[in-house]
Amino acid sequence: MTTATPAMTAPAPAKANEGAGLVAATVTIAGRAVKKVLRTPQLIVAGTLQGLMFLVIFRYVFGGAISHTGGLSYVDFVVPGFVTTTVLFGGMGSAIAIAEDLHEGLIDRLRSLPAPSLAIVCGRVLGDMALTTWSLAVTSAIGFAVGFRLHASVGQAFLAFVLCILFGFALSWLFVALGFVAGSPQAAQSTAFLVFPFTFVSSAFVPVATMPTWMRGFAAHQPVTEMVNTVRVLTEGRAAAAVLGHTVGAYLPFALGWSVAIVVVCAPFAISRLRRG
Amino acid sequence: MITAILGPNGAGKTTLVRAVATLVRPDSGTLSVLGHDVVREPVAVRRLIGLAGQSAAVEPTMTGRENLAMVARLYGARRRAARDSADEVLGQLGLTDAGDRLVRTYSGGMRRRLDLGASLVGAPRLLLLDEPTSGLDPRSRVELWDAIRALGAAGTDVVLTTQYLEEADQLSGRIVIVDRGRVIAEGTPGELKSQAGTDRVELRTRDADGLALAAATLSGLGEGAPEVDAATHRYSVATAGGASSLAVAATRLAEAGVEIEDLTLRRPTLDEVFLSLTGHTPAVEPTRKRARHRTGAGK
Repeated sequence: MTTATPAMTAPAPAKANEGAGLVAATVTIAGRAVKKVLRTPQLIVAGTLQGLMFLVIFRYVFGGAISHTGGLSYVDFVVPGFVTTTVLFGGMGSAIAIAEDLHEGLIDRLRSLPAPSLAIVCGRVLGDMALTTWSLAVTSAIGFAVGFRLHASVGQAFLAFVLCILFGFALSWLFVALGFVAGSPQAAQSTAFLVFPFTFVSSAFVPVATMPTWMRGFAAHQPVTEMVNTVRVLTEGRAAAAVLGHTVGAYLPFALGWSVAIVVVCAPFAISRLRRG
Repeated sequence: MITAILGPNGAGKTTLVRAVATLVRPDSGTLSVLGHDVVREPVAVRRLIGLAGQSAAVEPTMTGRENLAMVARLYGARRRAARDSADEVLGQLGLTDAGDRLVRTYSGGMRRRLDLGASLVGAPRLLLLDEPTSGLDPRSRVELWDAIRALGAAGTDVVLTTQYLEEADQLSGRIVIVDRGRVIAEGTPGELKSQAGTDRVELRTRDADGLALAAATLSGLGEGAPEVDAATHRYSVATAGGASSLAVAATRLAEAGVEIEDLTLRRPTLDEVFLSLTGHTPAVEPTRKRARHRTGAGK
């Protein structure tokens, strides 16, 4: 063990400028996205407080008046919706971050380097997934703290968690694409106009059956509802299926289908916008 | 060699830099960097260039060292080598002491120097600087100028854009003047100045007698009629001879015993060059940053 092999100590060609590979570059760029959030404590505190406030308001203020959740207590009804929609609010941050990078010239800088430019968006998405996983864990913990309980196996709950991360992956592509379209951080703020209707005109906080007929068509079939219902049935089992009228088989294929469709549309669009400059 | 691309807002300077940096494709024509076509071999071009844009494209929530190391990693350096080249560049730009501070605590000038540093991490053969000093206070501007001059002196080829005539004159050995997407003139600062108009030998005497004597002594020196201002005791005449005309004038005046207070050769300023070439003066006030950035493509 004491003899060092000379071949191993050959100096690395520091200035060869071969350019990082796709994986290394993606990880580097994702690392920066994560660092940016971790080092902006206001963002984390505000995000967590906002989530907490939301849940407290729905659980304790509106919850008492929402009584169409059948055999499911309102807290067990709402927490899967609350956790799933966290992903959308995180996505807004991603659109703003892309628009900022574009505006500040960071995207230009990164594109002018010999690393694959694909890594710019892949890194963003990977970083988003790390952040999404973290915020899903935090909001789940808040959910349990206000009285949410699993009525299904831990395995199913874990599957639900993984599906939320997958949903986050799909939406990340959507928000990256929107960030490119917006072009400026201010304009990217307006993705809120997309986030709010999809969050609230869904089954996340109230049963869709209580909405007027004209709204129900959208509310019952849009991606957020399909994913929320999947998560709800996976975590609350039979009681949730009874309230919603269907088992997981009715929601999961649509939840996955929507996720795939979002990626198929948004990823090529985001990449072409990136390359166009 | 430092080349300045000088022109007013909307002249196409940023578009040109972005095309050289492989960020936008030229609509027509060919463009190559050190033998590599920007459209066909963009990656080869990216290995050779460093780009610093109009604003500091650095991450405020990372330290200066982390910013540079990130860029080095993207150039393909391993973790250790990335740190080493980050340290080297920090030293080169006088940022070593600030290297471990978060960039959000940096002054505007320090951010721009770090941004310049990020473009140096890959030891580029060609450095592209798009309005490197726009929006900086005079002191930071001079600091950045020093850094750019040092790079040029060390053998890096630099192409910079500017709308400041003074900046082009101060930094570059070669100036290309663009207006509305076209090159309208190029040459050394001296060549451009002589292209715009002739040099003038100017002098000032103490009194009216001296002025009359000077005018008589210098008759036939320049071209055309001299301008004589009796009120300020100034005399000036256009000359094609440049500095040698000045020497002739000085000798003649000394021989005639004329008492003079001031004797200079005034060359045309780049402002005058610009005016004579385009019919309008360039924008002197830097209009703020990036409004045209996304609309300027395609010229």
